[in-house]
Amino acid sequence: MTPPVIVGAGPAGVRAAQALAAHGLRPVLVDEAPRAGGQVYRRPPAHFRRSPAELYGSEAARAVALHAAADTLADRIDHRPDSLVWNAQGGALDLLQRGRIERLPYNGLIVATGATDRVLPVPGWTLPGVTTLGGAQVALKFQGCAIGERVVLMGSGPLLYLVAYQYAKAGARIVAVLDSARLADQVAALPLMLTRPAILVKGAWYVAWLRAHGVPVVRGARPLRILGGERVEGVAFEQGAHGDGQGMQTIECDAVGIGHALRSETQLPDLLGCRFAFDALQRAHLPLRDAAGRSSVPGLYLAGDGAGILGADAAEWAGERAALALLEDRGLPVDAARARELEQRLAGIRPFRRGLERAFPFPADWAARADDELVVCRCEHISAGQLRRTVRETGADDINRLKALSRVGMGRCQGRMCGVAATEILAQACGRPVGEVGRLRGQAPIKPVPLSALSSAPPVLPEPEAAA
Amino acid sequence: MTARRCVTDVAIVGGGIVGSSAALALRRMGLKVVLLERDLCGSRSSGVNYGGVRRQGRPLSQLPLAQRAHELWGRLPELIGTDGEYERSGHFKIARSAADMASLERYRALSEGFDLDLELISGERLRARCPWLGAKAVGGSLCPADGQANPRLVSPAFARAAERAGALVFERTPVDEVIGDRAGFTLRCGPTLEVRAPLLLNCAGAWAGQLAAQFGEPVPMQSGHPAMAVTEPMPHFMDWSLGVEGGGIYCRQVARGNLVLGGGSGVALDADRARSDRQAISVLARQAVELIPALRDAQLIRTWSGTEGYLPDREPVLGCSRTMPGLIHGFGFAGAGFQIGPAVGEVLAELARDGRSSTPIAAFGIERFAAQAGAPQAPAASAAPAAAAMAPDSRPMLSHR
Repeated sequence: MTPPVIVGAGPAGVRAAQALAAHGLRPVLVDEAPRAGGQVYRRPPAHFRRSPAELYGSEAARAVALHAAADTLADRIDHRPDSLVWNAQGGALDLLQRGRIERLPYNGLIVATGATDRVLPVPGWTLPGVTTLGGAQVALKFQGCAIGERVVLMGSGPLLYLVAYQYAKAGARIVAVLDSARLADQVAALPLMLTRPAILVKGAWYVAWLRAHGVPVVRGARPLRILGGERVEGVAFEQGAHGDGQGMQTIECDAVGIGHALRSETQLPDLLGCRFAFDALQRAHLPLRDAAGRSSVPGLYLAGDGAGILGADAAEWAGERAALALLEDRGLPVDAARARELEQRLAGIRPFRRGLERAFPFPADWAARADDELVVCRCEHISAGQLRRTVRETGADDINRLKALSRVGMGRCQGRMCGVAATEILAQACGRPVGEVGRLRGQAPIKPVPLSALSSAPPVLPEPEAAA
Repeated sequence: MTARRCVTDVAIVGGGIVGSSAALALRRMGLKVVLLERDLCGSRSSGVNYGGVRRQGRPLSQLPLAQRAHELWGRLPELIGTDGEYERSGHFKIARSAADMASLERYRALSEGFDLDLELISGERLRARCPWLGAKAVGGSLCPADGQANPRLVSPAFARAAERAGALVFERTPVDEVIGDRAGFTLRCGPTLEVRAPLLLNCAGAWAGQLAAQFGEPVPMQSGHPAMAVTEPMPHFMDWSLGVEGGGIYCRQVARGNLVLGGGSGVALDADRARSDRQAISVLARQAVELIPALRDAQLIRTWSGTEGYLPDREPVLGCSRTMPGLIHGFGFAGAGFQIGPAVGEVLAELARDGRSSTPIAAFGIERFAAQAGAPQAPAASAAPAAAAMAPDSRPMLSHR
């Protein structure tokens, strides 16, 4: 019998697997990482000795609980670690599993693919020593190492403070935290943030803890440039509303973590034909889902940050709720009260989510301030100026057209890293709202796949009917 | 809302390389042109094809057109303001058997007189020239002045050049209705645009059959979806664009270093969109590794496909309608329209102005399907709504440009 499949073994995927297993199904849980936990609770290799408290800081209890849930599921699910889903069509996923191609049919699919950093380039961001905030966190959690000896973390969003705290707690030296959000933003967001007082307190506590441990936290800091010749040597930024470089300050460092919140990994729903709509809060086109996580494609469910950023707690609830929806849609009995409770929790987090966006606002003037020389697409080395010139010369007003004409998003990352920035530059250059310049079309493979694997793929049997 | 009314000499449906180059050629003749494109010019087959610019291997019937196009490609920057990454890099058609070699030899003999300068290469010379070729290749035929270009750049540039030359180009403007009578044609594009013209060019690619059928000339055209893929950039090792005798894979290395691979068939997602599927990708990968074994260590970073019109004889339809005065067809290029597109545009312009072409096109007449399709119907004098395939988008929008 064809099993249900869950893609992503983070908070959403693990809770979904747990709910399906509890109802007697044996789902397949596919994940790129060697061990379950996702990015947020990424686990080190089995023989590493750092304690959860050292690795996850304040999130240790949650991480341990999720890992325990995954571990106890081991014999009740079919866990496929080290497996990249690179394509999907006709009721089956295509995996690259430890160098081999495999086709995985599914009867019901829960997509919990998570998120990556939303990157807004600053001059110098391609220097060795610069990573994303998420990348900096992965280095710590997976390998137990820091990205440098004197680290500046900058950008904005909750992850900025969490990573700073986790780094400092693990003994790394954070020379500064540069938040582009102003204190006034965070004050203005208070009424919304108060809907989740525990998290609000935690956020404030991080800042206090960092300050108490001598880590400078600068709010309203606009990154101007990452300095260095061969590699990172420092950061230049300005504070306040000058915008003229008058208030420029510099800090020496040897590594930079940068990010402005997160962006959803939506390629899989895209390949499977899900309907998308622009979400003004997240400035992104996201696959549509109902309160339970049903996408526009029957049998396909969306959970966690992969369908819109709501954070790890919400991902756990959404994963469980999506699994219940899958069960409901098969006519299996589920605990309706539990389903309702999960939906209420998810609905209840929305004001807080809006508050976060208020507290760490997207720097809406980023594109207007980006110099023509700024490299937007690092794979193809396409600058903001090249994009603007293409728009000027061709009238391009759609991101796929801009890609075709300029090569932006045509490299190894296929726009996963540069897509946000390129879209912002396009909107600025053609004078349209960012929601009206389209979204990059997804195409297989979702991530690069070696020809050696593809060329030795087993012959494909006739396609079964798509799973309902 | 009052519709904008345009009265013009020639209306063109379809802004691919054929329609766009026809628009440009017509402007250079001084005729007034309106070009209607339901999406963006050069965004379909013309813009997503392999990018081969080759004469070698074409049926002899197409070589006069291909020669004419070859000359146009040679002065691309002058024509459209960009070189479109066009290179006369050579096109090498590979033989995998003695029979293949014999077939290539025959083609060389038959195509003499078309200045293809074909050169057969095999054995030691081949290995010395292409040490990266797999063992199955025993030889091949080189056309040194054939080459490659970037279709994403070239095809839209033809439309922009036409626009600069004075053509009215309407993008994102599906044609909802075509009315043809003795006075000419009226094309309705939603509530915002109406175009009147005594002459109408049908350059709607895989979707052109609708318009032909409306005027009593149904054609047995089928949609095909060539599977395409591209690797990550690699150090430059290959100049030639490669094909294989008897069909199969084709590949070229672009200036950036990526290898563009094509071969086999993808799948249609709907009437408008297609993609390379898992089957096509793995067949393509297998053939690529067989052709160039070192590719096994390369990564594939993107796949795609498009929608292209194929007639049973793999020849295009090019010429005047036999049923509707003023209607001129140019479509159905069977995945090989990119190279000859610019010449087809000039021929269409000649047909519009003079009623005849200075390049032989007798093999491409639409009447060759009349017998199979039954007696042609009378020209439609009444309004007949074009079918959904021509107007997939119910929200017509004028180009903002």
